[in-house]
Amino acid sequence: MTTPATAAMPASSKKPQVQKEDAMWLQKELINRNYQELATAHERGKKISATFVPGNLNELLMCFDFARSLPETNQLQNGMRKKSGKFIMDAERDGQSEDVCTYVKSDLGMMLNGQVGPTGDPLPRPDLLLLSYTGCFTFMKWFELIRQKFGGETVMLHVPYQGDGKINPNMRDYVVKQLKETVIPALEKVSGVKFDIDRLRQYMRESAKAEEDLVAVLQSAKNRPSPIDGYFGGVYYIGPIFTAFRGTPDASKFYGMLRSEIEQRVRDGKGPITPDGEMTSERYRLVVEGPPNWTSFRDFWKMFYEDGAVVVTSTYAKVGGLYDFGFRHDPDRPLESLAEYCMGCYTNLNLPQRIDMICKYIEEYQADGLLINSIKSCNSFSAGQLLILREVEKRTGKPAAFIETDLVDPRYFSAANVKNRLESYFQMIEQKRAAQH
Amino acid sequence: MSKVAAIIERCQALYEDLDFKAVQEWKNAAPKRKVVGYMPVYVPREIAHAAGILSVGILGGGDQLEVIQGDAYYQSYICRIPRSTIELGLTGKLDGFDGMLFPSICDVIRNLSGMWQILFKDKYVRYFDVPQNYEDNIGGTYYVHELEILRDDLAKLAGVEITNEKINRSIEVFNENRRVIRELYAYRAAKPWQAPTTEIYLLQRAGMVLPVEEHTQLLRDYLAATEAEPRQMRDNARVVINGTFCEQPPLNLIKSIEMAGCYVVDDDFMLVTRWLLDDVPSDGDALDNLSKAFLHHSASTSAKYETKREEKGQFLLQQVTERRAEGVVFACPSFCDPALLERPMLQDVLSAHGVPHTAFKYAENTGQMAPIREQAGTFADSIKLWSAA
Ligand code: SF4
Repeated sequence: MTTPATAAMPASSKKPQVQKEDAMWLQKELINRNYQELATAHERGKKISATFVPGNLNELLMCFDFARSLPETNQLQNGMRKKSGKFIMDAERDGQSEDVCTYVKSDLGMMLNGQVGPTGDPLPRPDLLLLSYTGCFTFMKWFELIRQKFGGETVMLHVPYQGDGKINPNMRDYVVKQLKETVIPALEKVSGVKFDIDRLRQYMRESAKAEEDLVAVLQSAKNRPSPIDGYFGGVYYIGPIFTAFRGTPDASKFYGMLRSEIEQRVRDGKGPITPDGEMTSERYRLVVEGPPNWTSFRDFWKMFYEDGAVVVTSTYAKVGGLYDFGFRHDPDRPLESLAEYCMGCYTNLNLPQRIDMICKYIEEYQADGLLINSIKSCNSFSAGQLLILREVEKRTGKPAAFIETDLVDPRYFSAANVKNRLESYFQMIEQKRAAQH
Repeated sequence: MSKVAAIIERCQALYEDLDFKAVQEWKNAAPKRKVVGYMPVYVPREIAHAAGILSVGILGGGDQLEVIQGDAYYQSYICRIPRSTIELGLTGKLDGFDGMLFPSICDVIRNLSGMWQILFKDKYVRYFDVPQNYEDNIGGTYYVHELEILRDDLAKLAGVEITNEKINRSIEVFNENRRVIRELYAYRAAKPWQAPTTEIYLLQRAGMVLPVEEHTQLLRDYLAATEAEPRQMRDNARVVINGTFCEQPPLNLIKSIEMAGCYVVDDDFMLVTRWLLDDVPSDGDALDNLSKAFLHHSASTSAKYETKREEKGQFLLQQVTERRAEGVVFACPSFCDPALLERPMLQDVLSAHGVPHTAFKYAENTGQMAPIREQAGTFADSIKLWSAA
């Protein structure tokens, strides 16, 4: 599955310098620091874990002093830095099919090219592959492939899917039992650190604080104009909390700072900040379903803000947790809460739940419609999106549109096609508005 | 017509019957009968059987179904089986079905379960999750609960009670079916000229729609009939086919592989019938026994996690060894993540053990067989040359 997201705000090629909120600088510093920590982990006697973003157990991993790597994040960084195309081709030459997920191939390609991460810092091989099997079948194959090719140990955390649209006690007990009897012992063994549940509670307390602030930031888009972009900008807002920082004081500081900045923007009646500066006119308010394209991220975003389109909220910003629907890490029931967190991530929801969520967003954020960015790589998101489109149109009466791109394979981003589609979509919204007046 | 030909003709008719007339006839034969469909790769059919429900394997539309509406639900880069399955549903071919089970095999089938809930609101729909943790007290406990839910749902659907005893009796019936299938596979491996894979395939497909007792008898009849009709032995290469566990290859593709000079001596077609490798005990807690069989004695395929690197490919290697295969043909559906991501790992293991392999992709409606025939022919020739050297 396609997951985020520690994307630094892309710099504009235009001079003068791109405008950034203060929190953005802090975020960039956090990302770079994590790569340095990974680069020097072994020298410092630390072990490295790799785990996926949805259902990631960051608080738990921190209890064992792991340096934490997130493979999807590494690959989206490679995508933004235009390195993924070569990696993908190298993986295909090494026997991977052209049909399969490009995150996987980019990761394998990166490893085939030596142990260097997206920032150019060394990225040593993980000591433990924590297979948080949430919302994406491909995760399982991904880590099996890495294990097959480069060695290392895997530990599975099987997270049952919400096929019935709910979490039953049996599902929760199953995840908790795995945590207690499989995952924690494996983490203890590899790290040599004994598990301390109070340490976990402390991290979770910190997580809940940051989650509260994140929700305030994301929901600020209900204002008109929206002070944020909940997709392109959203990627950078969710970065720290969906990855190696949830549960750290740094994350709390970042979200506190971000929230005050955004609240100030609301008071000032300002629109979102884009790589080309502040967006001054808000013409279209959209909900977006599906992950972004990373190889042309900035051009893609530009196609929106140039035309005054702001994404008020997106499902992608929920792959690492549905905080805006009330979930908070709960230090009083740490393992149960981690289990519920894993099962509650967006791609672990069934299709009717996803449709309900999007319809609710359209209403609550007063959106003009739904745009689906369908990603070739990602069946977890993409299979069923055409039905989502129909159902949402039917239920909300708002126009919906469909574009197709990929995550990190530059061969699947056709700027002209995407632009055409978007322009016709914006016209469609205009026509709908005209018809209503 | 020979006995074998008559049996195969019957299977072929069942295979071509996209309206599931045989299922409808079974349903109409007595009042209140219920039918539940299931998709690959595995569901515990014993539980449906214990409720008197006919479980029917839905394997897409093959190369005979024209997919019109189904295409509107899927992007071009998604495999074909979900779109043809939707087509079957939307064109009323599954109207006689009271429910559908979607096992946990991949994200496409998983999401299809939700689509089914939306598109066929009056039907029973269940996503059937299976554990990826194989400890009895962890994955086992979870799985037994899942089985209980399925049992209770199916009991409600059928309007009967499903007792432990009833499930145990059904386990016996399915044990018998599995035994005959094991015999059939062993027979083919021993005398592949007597049991061509096009025939084995059709016999197995018949098992997707026939009541299990009838299927068991059909296989017995076939085994007796084919043994009585000697056929000519050829100097073909012995191969295992891998990758076909979900979307099905067209029958012509299997024919092409055989015509190119290959004897298929093992495969992963319709794994549901061979998922549980041994007899399941039929005298204790039935759900617990089904759970233990799943956790400890089931087939290996891409949808199942392998806890250790050393396990990867061992199941396939064992097939190769036990069936005395000389090579492996990877036939994977286009855009099938499970099959295509698993393939390089299996290829690695085979290469490390000196087992030759070749690979191609197909879709259920692939029409052009010439390239596949050519590739399989070259592969068979190279195996023969290599073994002669
Ligand atoms: S063919 Fe492969 S990807 Fe398609 S539904 Fe089946 S297992 Fe999933």
